[in-house]
Amino acid sequence: MSEGTVLVETREIRPAAGRRPFIEHSLVQLTLVRFREFWREPEAVFWVFVFPILLTTGLGIAFRNRPADVVKVGAVGPQLAGAMRTNKSLSVELLDRAAGEQALRAGRIVLLAVPAADGVVTYRYDDTNPEGRNAKLLVDRTVQHAAGAHDPVAAADDLVREPGSRYIDFLVPGLLGMNLMGSGIWGLGFAIVDARRKKLLKRLIASPMPRSQYLLSFLLARLAMLYIEVAALIGFGAWVFGVPVRGSLWELAILCLLSSLSFSALGLLTASRVRTIEGASGLMNFIMLPMWIFSGVFFSSDRFPNMLQPFVRALPLTAVIDALRAQILQGVSLSQLTPQLAIITGWLVVCFFTALKLFRWR
Amino acid sequence: MQLRNHDVADDTGLMPTLPSRLPVCVRGLRKVYSDVVAVDGLDLDVRAGECFGLLGPNGAGKTTTIEICEGLTPQDAGTVELLGLRWETDADELRQRLGVQLQETQLSEKLTVDETVRLFRSFYRQGPSASEVIAMVQLEEKHKSRVGGLSGGQKQRLAMACALVGDPDLLFLDEPTTGLDPQARRQVWDLIERFKSEGRNVILTTHYMDEAERLCDRVAVMDHGKIIALGTPRELIASIGAEHMVEFSVVDGTGPVDLAALERLDGVRVARCENGGYQLHVSELHRAVAALFGELSGRRIPLTELRTHSATLEDVFVSLTGRHLRDE
Repeated sequence: MSEGTVLVETREIRPAAGRRPFIEHSLVQLTLVRFREFWREPEAVFWVFVFPILLTTGLGIAFRNRPADVVKVGAVGPQLAGAMRTNKSLSVELLDRAAGEQALRAGRIVLLAVPAADGVVTYRYDDTNPEGRNAKLLVDRTVQHAAGAHDPVAAADDLVREPGSRYIDFLVPGLLGMNLMGSGIWGLGFAIVDARRKKLLKRLIASPMPRSQYLLSFLLARLAMLYIEVAALIGFGAWVFGVPVRGSLWELAILCLLSSLSFSALGLLTASRVRTIEGASGLMNFIMLPMWIFSGVFFSSDRFPNMLQPFVRALPLTAVIDALRAQILQGVSLSQLTPQLAIITGWLVVCFFTALKLFRWR
Repeated sequence: MQLRNHDVADDTGLMPTLPSRLPVCVRGLRKVYSDVVAVDGLDLDVRAGECFGLLGPNGAGKTTTIEICEGLTPQDAGTVELLGLRWETDADELRQRLGVQLQETQLSEKLTVDETVRLFRSFYRQGPSASEVIAMVQLEEKHKSRVGGLSGGQKQRLAMACALVGDPDLLFLDEPTTGLDPQARRQVWDLIERFKSEGRNVILTTHYMDEAERLCDRVAVMDHGKIIALGTPRELIASIGAEHMVEFSVVDGTGPVDLAALERLDGVRVARCENGGYQLHVSELHRAVAALFGELSGRRIPLTELRTHSATLEDVFVSLTGRHLRDE
C-alpha cells in the first residue's frame, strides 16, 4: 500500500539527531523544572530557608546564657554597706530599717542585712527562695571576709562558658537534621503527589521521557538545594551565635548528603501511591511526628525511658541528629559514627527499593 | 513478524492490504475494570493520512481505547499495532513517534509556556524547535507567561504544542475541545486541520457532533465498549435514511398526535415522540412540511413550535441507541 511505504520511508530519511546542547538534555531540563517550581513557590522558600533561621534566632535568644546575675541586697548602716560592696556580684542599697523592710516585701531586694548592738549581723530573707539563700551565702561570706576571716583551703575558679556546650550549640545540629528531614520528605512527596493528582505524571510517561531521569531530577535538585540550606543554617549559627564546626567540612557534606538522600527516599516512599494532597499531608505528618518528638531536636533523646530507646535509636532522624552533633560539635570523624551511618543507609536502601516497587505513575 | 501480520489480515478478512502498513490496526481489544467491560472486542483500522474520530457518550470506552493505544493502560486481550510497531516490543520507539494529549492534564502552573515546551522537546530525538511549536499553536505572545495565567483555550493549545513537539507520525487527542468556548474551539480545530493537511494521522475522541463532522474523515460511533457504526460522517448520516429533521410541538391538551398518521405523511420516514414534542426523520423537507401543516390543520391542532435542521451525527446516535450523546 503506497501510503504505508511512504510512512516507513519518512521515518528513515529523517536526519539523525545531532549532539544536542547540554541545556537541552532531558535530565538537565527536568532538574531545571524542579528548581523553577521550588523558587517560584514563596512558601516553600520560606519553610526551607527562612524558617530554620528564624527558629534558631528565637530559641537562641530565649535560651542564651545570661551573665551571672547581680544579687540585689539592702544594708542598714553605712559600715555594713561598705563591707558588702567589696563583692562585685552584690548590688548593695543603703537603707534605713523601715525602708529596707518595705523593699524586702516588694521584692526589690532579696535580703536585708541589719547590724545589732553587740557586733551581731542579722540577715532578713526568705529561705524558701533559692535567690534568698544564695544572697545569704554571698553576703555572709563577704561580711566575714571583710572582718578578716580566711579560707582554710585555697580555691580558684575555672569558668566553663566555651562555645560547643551551650544550648544553642545543641540546637543548631538538631534543627539542621529536622530541616533535612522536612525538605526531603515534603520537597519530594508533595511535588510527586501534586503531579500525579494533576495527571501530569501520566502525561509525562506517555512521552519518551526516561522515567528514571524524572526521579533522578528530584535528587539532583535536592542535592543542590541541600548545600544552600546547610550553609545558610550552619553559617548563621557560626556568625551570630559562634556555634563551632569542629569536624571536617568535607565529612559534614557527605553526612548531609547521605541524610538527605535517606529522607528523600522516605519522601518517595510516602508519595509512591497517594493521589491527593490531603492524603499525602496526613501520611507525611504521621511519619514525621514520631521523629519530631523522639529524635532529640530540642532536647536529648536520652531522656526517654530505656524501654523506648531501641525505637528512638532506630528512627532515621535520631541517627542523623546524633551524627551531626558529634561531627559538628565534637569533631568526631565519620569512621567513628558507623552505627548512625548504618541506620541512615539502611533507611535509604529499604525505602528506595520499596518505593520503586510500589510507585504508581498514575 | 510480517508473516504474522498477513495472518491477522487473513483471519479477520477485514483488510485486503497489509495491516502493518496502517498507522493504527487494533484487533479484538478488550478491557475489563472490576465488573465493568470498558472495551468489548474492538476492531479498529485507521488509514494513512486520516483523521479518525471516536464518538460516543461518556463511559462508552473511548478514553480507555485511546489510552490502551497510547501505551498507558495494558489491555486484557487483543492486539494493538501502531505504525507497524507494538507496545510489547517497541515501546520506546512508539513513544518517540506518537503525539499525545490527554483529557484533563494540568501542566505545571509555575513554568512558562516556553519552559514547558522546552521540557517536552528535550524528551524527543527530533522535531521542531520549541519556538517553532509555540508559533504553530499561536502562543508567541504568551511564550514568557506562566501556564497558570493562561486561559482554557491557551492551555489546550499548549497541551497540543507538547503533543506536536516530537514531530509525531500519529497524534492522539482525547476530547481536545471539551470545556472550551466557541472561539477557542475553532482555534483548536484550525490547528488539527493544519496537522491533518500535512498528511499525518490523527485519532480524536469527542462527544461533540459538530467537531467530528468538521474534522474527521471517518468516525466510529462507540457505545458500551463496542463500535456500533463506522463510516464517513456523510455515510453515517445517510445511513439513517433521512437528510433532515423536523421537530414540532403542539398546544397542550390538543394532542396526542397519532404517530402512525405522521409516518404515513409524504416524505416522512420515522416519527417519534420525545419529551412532549415530536420528531420526524424526513427525506424531502419541502413536501414533508407541507404535508405536516395539512395534517395538523385538518385535525385543528395548533402548532406552538416548528424547527428543521439537517440530520447530524447526533441524530445518527439517537437513531442507533435511542439515547442522546450528552445524556449522563
